[in-house]
Amino acid sequence: MNRYRCTILVYDNDMNLMPRETWSLIHGLVFGGLFLLAYSGGLVGFWSLRAGHFTGDGARSQARQIGLWTTAMAIVAWAAVILGAYVVYPWYRAHPPMPTRFLHYWPVTGFPQATLMADPAKAGWHNFGMEWKEHVAWFAPLLATCVAFIVGRSREGLANDPLLRRFCITLFTLAFLAATAAGLFGALITKAAPV
Amino acid sequence: METEGPSYGPVAAAALSVGIGALAFGIAVVASESSPAIAAKLNWYNPTGPLSGKTSIGIIVWLVAWAILSALWKRESVRLRPVLMTSLALIAIGFILTFPPVFDAIAGK
Repeated sequence: MNRYRCTILVYDNDMNLMPRETWSLIHGLVFGGLFLLAYSGGLVGFWSLRAGHFTGDGARSQARQIGLWTTAMAIVAWAAVILGAYVVYPWYRAHPPMPTRFLHYWPVTGFPQATLMADPAKAGWHNFGMEWKEHVAWFAPLLATCVAFIVGRSREGLANDPLLRRFCITLFTLAFLAATAAGLFGALITKAAPV
Repeated sequence: METEGPSYGPVAAAALSVGIGALAFGIAVVASESSPAIAAKLNWYNPTGPLSGKTSIGIIVWLVAWAILSALWKRESVRLRPVLMTSLALIAIGFILTFPPVFDAIAGK
């Protein structure tokens, strides 16, 4: 039994998570996963909430469920961007103690932005990838909060209002796409230069 | 505002304010990228850098716009379609302004 345990533990230079990796995982994977779950639940709810598909009680119950999904998505989105911007991002943009040009020849872990910028072949990960990720991610909580408010305010009235329902679906999907772009670049940048 | 149908005032306020906030965020990003002086002014929290100011401005503008529009349209029944279309247009502009090739081109980089 111990042999197997050791096999697992030595995989990939010890199967441990450092605090930075743990917070990055919570930011990207835990919140990202919950965000995806909330989006799926909300989208299915919006799609099926149409006049004639439900009785009055059924529409009320469906609207309540959509309200829960959209509120959950907004809360998770806020948690993800705040954790990302104020905990993980400072580690990403930390300045190394030595001149940046040396990082190309003697890579030092713990300074991802400087490491990427020191290598012209990788600088695009910062100049395009991180520059887009750090901004586009913030659309997700803004849009998700707006949708959650509209659902909470309109409730089952959404079933009789295709225009408002389409607007909610559009904003909800834009929030999802913004978070997806941010998550995708987050994963790729972490692969190129881990936090 | 014209009146039409049920009271859409609070919903319209939420929809339009998120567009205004998105646009303000996009403008803050372009301004920060265009001028090192503005970027320094937006550095509200040093470990995060100018991103702290850019995002905070977007959020503040969004919430203030939401509060003002909510007060103005509290009991109004507004025409929803133009408000929603305007909101989507503002959000689209905000998105475009935060796309690196766009803000780099505007900043002349």
